[in-house]
Amino acid sequence: MNGVHDLGGMHGMGPIAPERDEPVFHTAWEGRAFGLTRAMGGLGLWSLDASRFQRERIAPADYFRLNYYERWIAALEALMLEHGLVTRAEIDHGRADPGATLRRPALTADQVPALIARGVPTRRDVAATARFGVGQRVHARNINPVAHTRLPRYVRGKTGTVDRDHGVFVFPDTNAMRQGEKPQHLYSVRFAARELWGDEAGRRDFVFLDLWDDYLGPA
Amino acid sequence: MTAHDPSSPGHTPDHPAVPSDPALRVKALESLLVAKGLVDPAAVDALVDTYEHKVGPRNGARVVARAWSDPAYKRRLLTDADAALAELGYGGLQGEHMVVVENTPAVHNLVVCTLCSCYPWPVLGLPPVWYKSSAYRSRVVMEPRGVLVEFGLTIAEDVEVRVWDSTAEVRYLVLPERPRGSETWNEVALAALVTRNAMIGVGTVVLPEAGGPA
Repeated sequence: MNGVHDLGGMHGMGPIAPERDEPVFHTAWEGRAFGLTRAMGGLGLWSLDASRFQRERIAPADYFRLNYYERWIAALEALMLEHGLVTRAEIDHGRADPGATLRRPALTADQVPALIARGVPTRRDVAATARFGVGQRVHARNINPVAHTRLPRYVRGKTGTVDRDHGVFVFPDTNAMRQGEKPQHLYSVRFAARELWGDEAGRRDFVFLDLWDDYLGPA
Repeated sequence: MTAHDPSSPGHTPDHPAVPSDPALRVKALESLLVAKGLVDPAAVDALVDTYEHKVGPRNGARVVARAWSDPAYKRRLLTDADAALAELGYGGLQGEHMVVVENTPAVHNLVVCTLCSCYPWPVLGLPPVWYKSSAYRSRVVMEPRGVLVEFGLTIAEDVEVRVWDSTAEVRYLVLPERPRGSETWNEVALAALVTRNAMIGVGTVVLPEAGGPA
């Protein structure tokens, strides 16, 4: 979707403000928000792509107003509602509805190290035709789906060169929408900054994006 | 405005609802999920503890120091990062598929995620706030040299700048240039020099003023 999360090339966002000696979590609730999101994600009921899509759907004004982990919590609540794990009333009151039953075993502390060590690999060992080869000029398609995509607006319609083929990966556009993994080749594509931003961009500046087969056409 | 006010911003059928007071909201949410048997608070503790105390940029610094000290390891790291990182015990969540890019006198690499906050957790831990900020995400793909100046880094005109926008599930780590004058330093001393920012590509590794390991 053409949301405000797709920030590449926007103006007016101000200076970058690094903090000195920044803590991992600024408040205790940020840590809990992180842990709750990962613990619920660890149940395997939804993909990271689906989580990202929920974060992208936060209304634009809220997206900029909210702290990073507030966005996570908003998206987690939306996912749990979508999957029928909780009701709106339960979230609003912080209490389980009378008669609400246990749904499934929760992730336990002793499962956490294995969950982290294993991660959630998205490379797939399946045959898929690579439509493009390293060194080939390719064109990023001009698509504007209202659903999830990982093709940023700033490269749509631009021409670049395939720099490497990462192999076959789950396609987020369908996976986020629970329409299947549609595994396909993922390429690192190199774009000249001048192709993206015009003649005032640096002659020796390049931007590399990881783009799926379906995002590309021959140049 | 209360948390359940249906007129609150964002609470429409099309958008996730937005918490009012985050501390209270998260506490209430955790209580609810524990009561429903969906969350074990000890698992949340373990997740928080892992990323607060166990996984962070010291992991990446160890990788960089090894690559500087062992040319064969460096070759493996640059050609098959997943296997090379696994040799040191790193991999897994948000680092399942890794690529390491090398800074040289001719090329400067830096990493961003313009769409969210993708970052190589096993080697750098969780990202700092500035990395997730609208300012960094919007600007660095368009004016990387200007952004680097804000970090105190001026890149010579004849040096190529490569910005890696991690739009997929591949995560990038920058192998910084080894500082001149560190030839006699051992791996442990080298690792202590390597900063998180250098491994994102918004910093370089420098020797302390006095020079030489203690």
